[in-house]
This record gives sequence, structure tokens and C-alpha cells, in this order.
Amino acid sequence: MSVENKKEFKPKIVAFCCNWCSYAGADLAGSSRLNYPADVKIIRVPCSCRVNPMFILRAFEKGADGVIMCGCHPGDCHYSTGNYYARRRMTLLFSMLDYIGIENGRTRVEWVSAAEGVKFSTTMNDFVEKIYSLGENVKLGDLRCKN
Amino acid sequence: MSFSKNQVELVKEISGVNPLKCMKCGKCSATCPSFNEMDIKPHQFVSYVVNGDIQSLVDSKSLWKCLSCFACIERCPRDVKPGKLIDAARQLVVRERDKNYLLADEIPELLDPETPQQLLVSAFRRYKR
Amino acid sequence: MQRIGVFVCHCGSNIAATVDVNKVKEMAMFEPGVVHAEEYQYMCSEAGQAKVIDAIREKNLTGIVICSCSPRMHEATFRKAAERAGLNPYMVEIANIREHCSWIHKDIKEGTEKAVILMRAAVAKVNLNTPLKPGESRVTKRALVIGGGIAGIQTALDIAEAGYEVDIVEKTPSIGGKMSQLDKTFPTLDCSACILTPKMVEAAAHEKITIYTYSEVDKVSGFVGDFTVDIRKKARFVDMDKCTGCGACMEKCPSKKSLSEFNQGLSTRPAIYIPFAQAIPNVPVIDTQACIKLKTGKCGLCETVCQAKAIDYTQKDEIITEKYGAIVVATGFDIIKLDNYDEYAYSQSKDVITSLELERIMNAAGPTKGHLERLSDGKAPKEMVFIQCVGSRCSDTRGKSYCSKICCMYTAKHAMLIRDKYPDVNVTVFYIDVRTPGKNFDEFYRRAVEQYGVNYVKGQVGKVIPQPNGKLLVKGVDLLDNKQILKQADMVVLATAIEPSSDVRKIATMLTASIDTNNFLTEAHAKLKPVESPTAGIFLSGVCQGPKDIPETVAQAGAAAVKAIGLLAKNKLLTNPCTALSDTLLCNGCSTCANVCPYGAISYENKEIKDHGIRETRRVAVVNNALCQGCGACTVTCPSGAMDLQGFSNRQIIAEVDAICQ
Repeated sequence: MSVENKKEFKPKIVAFCCNWCSYAGADLAGSSRLNYPADVKIIRVPCSCRVNPMFILRAFEKGADGVIMCGCHPGDCHYSTGNYYARRRMTLLFSMLDYIGIENGRTRVEWVSAAEGVKFSTTMNDFVEKIYSLGENVKLGDLRCKN
Repeated sequence: MSFSKNQVELVKEISGVNPLKCMKCGKCSATCPSFNEMDIKPHQFVSYVVNGDIQSLVDSKSLWKCLSCFACIERCPRDVKPGKLIDAARQLVVRERDKNYLLADEIPELLDPETPQQLLVSAFRRYKR
Repeated sequence: MQRIGVFVCHCGSNIAATVDVNKVKEMAMFEPGVVHAEEYQYMCSEAGQAKVIDAIREKNLTGIVICSCSPRMHEATFRKAAERAGLNPYMVEIANIREHCSWIHKDIKEGTEKAVILMRAAVAKVNLNTPLKPGESRVTKRALVIGGGIAGIQTALDIAEAGYEVDIVEKTPSIGGKMSQLDKTFPTLDCSACILTPKMVEAAAHEKITIYTYSEVDKVSGFVGDFTVDIRKKARFVDMDKCTGCGACMEKCPSKKSLSEFNQGLSTRPAIYIPFAQAIPNVPVIDTQACIKLKTGKCGLCETVCQAKAIDYTQKDEIITEKYGAIVVATGFDIIKLDNYDEYAYSQSKDVITSLELERIMNAAGPTKGHLERLSDGKAPKEMVFIQCVGSRCSDTRGKSYCSKICCMYTAKHAMLIRDKYPDVNVTVFYIDVRTPGKNFDEFYRRAVEQYGVNYVKGQVGKVIPQPNGKLLVKGVDLLDNKQILKQADMVVLATAIEPSSDVRKIATMLTASIDTNNFLTEAHAKLKPVESPTAGIFLSGVCQGPKDIPETVAQAGAAAVKAIGLLAKNKLLTNPCTALSDTLLCNGCSTCANVCPYGAISYENKEIKDHGIRETRRVAVVNNALCQGCGACTVTCPSGAMDLQGFSNRQIIAEVDAICQ
């Protein structure tokens, strides 16, 4: 990919953040003014276990280039066990997505606590960089969505 | 030999140390066995790098008095590790080519029959192209 | 079709500096359902809220989107405003364009683009919002305090004084905590026991306070207002009702070699023991590891000498189950282990001690009866060295990254007391910074220097080397003099870092309270909610939240008590209406959802269903709204897609995804 192309490519990245840890971690990253690219857009969910694989499929269908899900650290879930369910579901989903051509690099699960603003920011920077290196996602996209 | 800002970056890169993490506790100097031999003390090394004064470091005696015993590296509470900075400054000197540290005429005088020939040749190669 | 109003906040320049708020407002008008859009300096101000209320009334808005700071900040504010205007509060959505946008992006074009997308996602969600009504739950008018140190005692006393029942659970055999081990307290130098003991007695005598010592919290279930807690009363082997505290058993016990926990292991105690003279309750406990009778079956001397017949070797752990409306965590701290700091020779010499050990040595009830002496040979020291920041302010893996806060002050106290009592002892303090923020704190430290002649040296100590003559060679540096210092010392005192109590992680997990990387419990807001945990109904008191001295701990304990009282004073609590809801037409009663529910909120009923003209009785899931906390685990696990979460429904989240990927 040429440098010019790279400039034009603005990835769409959806981040699902649980209300209790990661969303608060993202808030802390904000109030600490820790930069990360504007390509990341956060959707607030009560718990990582609320993230239905359907949402992630939908995101890719609608042209997302990467999806990241953040939750509380294992053992620290506000609802005790939610992130364990999420972890298992995502492991399965991501391996399936990899199989159909959405590389593992485009999907990620990270545990970010409410106190980890720095981790949130570095995670997002790293993830966006990864998506830039992978380029535009072409699989699973609904062609009717393209304009 | 003059050192520009790049040299500061080079020292940071070679050492892998962020001198800004220093909280100026002085544990490195407290722990250093060569402290009394040094003109620039281990804790000062850090602020010299922060202030960009690499030239003074390179000219200092300390550079060659450091034993590389790693006591400061081991005990630094802030991961600053002045020993690594000293070593990096040393590397700068070593990497500098075309610098006459060793003149061919001086060698016979310095010659020690115990010194292996190979070492002499390699030193000559390194310090004089 | 909804009639949506979009309100964009400048937040002064916080948002307006990197987001073109007018552009966001203009773009909002193109969104489906949006009939009104405006921007204002401070949306959360009285005037800003009035604008929202007026717009709702004038334009008959059915939903609103506020583009402002994080919903964790002002969602409640705007929901209340909507309610005042007659709109269901759950028709409000926040687009977080401050923390997630303006504060992290520098380029105004980039920031505005993102803000527009975030606004679009929020509008898409509101389009699908439905009015929700919170349910009600009851409040058990009883509080639990975990930890019986000064923080726990103060919190319990304050709650009890307000007229509510309080239980204190303390894991050691007596309440009192770390403060009971201290000799004097800074900056007034009053004796710690003299000010703590009356509080301990008051707590024990208070009719509203029940104290469970030698007990631990085993299990916590439930939620704010209605927690159910299992408390494990560990077997004491002494009947608390019969025991008179005469101490005959302790005298006669033949196993006297156990190290006293209270004296930091500097003295010994019998296997049956009361930790210290002022202990509450004044009832001994048998150490199962040391008791000969419990280990071998032979002995039983204490039983023979006990006139009250209080000894009972058959006692078992007992589980008490109790209901509470609020829980206050006051688990306190420990000092760190010094295994990683070999350079200070703590493990090599008895004369290198921690500050807490020095507290015991200085105390009249301590191992040396209050005489300052070397533990190796009992000689009076002439040269004493204090080392600051041992394990604190370390960004390496060996220590703690934070400042332990109390060490500068207690070291000044120790130095001062030693110079006062033993004027011939030279005291040197090696410091990195002297931190004395607090009322009369800096004056106190200056007194140590100016009045008592304590020698403060700026520079850390690199190594302590025990010498063959019994002295300790301290290798330090004077950074102001730029000289290395070699000092022959008789005793070295380490200002050891403090860390949260070791079992706080277990307790935090049980309470689902969040914890930070240093194991301190996280407060709900660093400035505005310093004593509340993000988990409703859990409050934080004392060092479990962060390093504190005694006055701060007492102040925070009172604050936590007030917050708990505020909760207990309510008769009913409004529950979160964002609960799971099962679509009975889709549900096939497979029980998968009940298996993943952490609250047991899902049950099954046989219901008569009319499906496409067919009437039949089916087994369907029913969610108990009072129990459901709205995590959404069931919604994803449901194979037929019958389960959905109100307020975060599948359609709403998909609408957000679509808006973002548009």
C-alpha cells in the first residue's frame, strides 16, 4: 500500500466498553488528556457479557475495520461473572471470524479497569496502529452499504 | 568532538533509559563504590543527560571510573539506572571513529610483553582507522 | 416517530476548543427524529437545564440527547431535568463528547467529525428508547463494617449514634487495629492507646453495635439495601459468655514460644492469649498451631485452671447469616514484606527494624518495656539512622509506586521522641523529600530539626552492611554536599511502605467493588465521591481506599458513616429499570438464561400464550425486576433471542453500531 493510500484510509473502529471498568477507564484517559486516534468510537454497555456476537458481525457488515471489546479484569466484574462469559463467547466468535477472513488482528478483547486510563489509551493506540497495518476490511461487508 | 541534540537521543536509545523518571533520591551515588573517584557523580549523570550536556559526560573522568558493577542499576527505585547511561556515553566515545586515541608512535612505549598481540591490534583498529 | 431534541454543551472551552459545537448542532438537525437542536455554554448549569426543560415543553419532545461530558458525570442531572419537564427520565441519552472526544483530540476537524458521529449514535439510540419505570426495593436498616481498626470503630460509632444497628467484623482477636500498636501520635504526641481505648470501650458498650472479633466475611450476596452476608466466627476455643478475662490460663499455658503478633514478633506469647492488655473483648483465644492439647490431645492445663469453665476444645467455626442495607469496608493496611530489599540488611541484622517495630520498642507495654535498646545485645544505641521511602515511590517491580504518606511525619515523631528522651543519641534521617502537608505538620518537622537537633540528610541510603563488631555501616549520600557518607550506626529504622491489607482483594471480589492496581479500593469519583465505591451500597473508610494518617482516617470514617446513614434512612430504594425482559412469544423455556444469571433473578412459569391464533400453555422465563441488576448475560445466551435488556436493547445497540459505521 502506498503512503498516499494510507493517508486516505480512515478506519472505522467500534469499541464496546463495560460501564463499570472500561468506560470509566476511557473517561480517565479523557480527563488525563491521554490521546488516542479519533477513529475509535465507544459504545457503552452495562457489562462485557451484554455484547452479543451479533453486534460485532453487524459492525463488520456495516463496514467496520476493527472491533475491540473492553471489560473488567477477570475476577473484578461488577456482576461477578459477566466477563468470563464474554471471554468465552469472543474466543469462539473471533476464531470463526478469522476462518471467514476477518483476521484476528481486527478483533480484540482487553481488560481495562477504571483506574487504567493509561492502559486504555495505549491499547487503543496499539489497536488502531494494527488496523492501519491491516488496511481496509473487505470481508463480510454488505456491498449495499458502500457508497 | 561535538555532540548535538541527537547525541542525547542516542544516549537514551542505547541505554533504553528515560532519565525523566529520576526522582533525585541519590541512591545510585550512595551505593557507588567508585563515588570518590568520579568528577561527575552517578546521580548527576542523569541530570546532565536531561539537560543535554553530553559533552561534559564524554569528557568526564567518571566515564572510565565506573566499574559497571551494576549496584546502581540493581537498586535504582525508579528504573533510571545511571549505570546504563554511563555505559551508553562510553559507547558514544567508542563508536566515534577517526579519533586519535592511539597513535602508532606511542605504541612501543605502552607495549607490555604480557599483552596479547591480538588485543593490541583490535584496539588499534577500533581507536584509529 | 420520536420528537428528539439535541443539546450541545460547550463546557466553557473544554468541548468548544476542539469541537465545533455549532457544526454538531447543525448536523443534528439532519438526523431522523430530531426536531430541535441548540448549543449552550454550560448545559449542566441551572440556565442550561432550563433550556432543556423549556424545549421539552414547547416542542413536545419525546426524547433528548445531551452532547456533553461523560454520562457517569451528569446523566443523573439531565434525567432529573427531563423528569421535571414531564418526560420519562429514561428517554435521555448522553453523547460523551468531552472525555471521549474533545479532551483527547487536538485537531478541531477530527474532533468535530467524531462528535457528530457520537451524537448520531445517541440519536439513533434515543429513537428506539422506551419510557422505563424504576421499581422499588426495601432497605434493611442495619450496617456492616468490615474491619475493626480506628476507621471501622469510628464509622460504626457514627452510624450507631444515628440510631441504626451496626455489626463490626474483625479478623484478629481484638478490635483496635494498627492504631493500638502505636506508641505516640503526631503532631501532638498524645499517646495512641489513651485516645483509642475510650473509643474501643464506647463501641463495645454501645447497644446498637455488635462486634464479631476473630471473624471473617465468608460470603456476600444481594445488592444495595438488601445484602445477605455470611460471617465466619472462627473457633476461639473459649466461651465468650463464660470467660471473665482473669488471665489464669495464659499464665499456666506451657506453650509460650509463639511470636506475639501485637509486638510485631519481637516478644513471645502463650498459645492461649489475649493480644494486648486493653483488648476488646478481653477474652483469650487459642492458637491452634501452638496449642499442645489441640495438636497432641495431651495437656489441658488451661481447662483445669479456668474457674469459669470457659475453655472448650471442641468449639467449631460458626457461620452467622445476617442481612444488611449498607456495607462499609475498613480493612486497613499492612506494612510490606522487605524480602526484596536485601540492601538494607533487614533479614541479616536484628538491629535493622521497621518503624512499626520501633513503635513497639518505644511503647511501655512493648518487648523492651519502652527502653530504647538494640534487639541484638540489649545495649543502648548511640547512633541511629532512619531511612525514608523504603519500598515507597518505586516504579520498579520491587516496591510500591505511591507515596505511603505517613512515613515523613512518623519519622519526625520518632526522631523527636528519641532526642527528647535520650539526648545523647545522635539521630540522622536520610530523606528524598520531606512531605508535610497537614495542619501543624511542617511546624512539627521543623521542631525536630531546630529544637531537637535531628540531622536531616537529603539522599537515599544505598546499603546497610552489618559489621563484625555489631555496628551497622550505613552507606548513604548527601546530595546537597555531593559527598558519599559512611556512617557507623547502632540501629537502623526503615520507614517501610504500607500496602492494603492482604485479604482486601478477596473482600472486594465478594462485594464486586472495584480495586486498583495497588489493591486500594477505587472510589466512585476521585474528588466528588471519595468514600463511595462505584458499587451501590458499599462505602470506603480509611486506608483501604488510599494511604492516610489518623485524622484523615477518622474524617473519612465519619464521611462513610454519613453516606451509609443516608442510605439506611430511606425506606425504599428505586431500582435500576434497565433490567432484562423476556419476550414470552419467543421464549421456549430452555433454562439457559437462568444458568448464567448471577443473581438468580430468572424463574420459569407456565403461562397461557396466544400465538398466531393458537392458545397453549408454555413454560416461559420470568425476570424478577427487584433482583435483576441488568448485566445482560442472559440476553446473549438466549438461543431464541427472547431475552432483551431494557435501556440497552439489541435494536438500540445495533442502531448505535450502524450510526458509527455509517
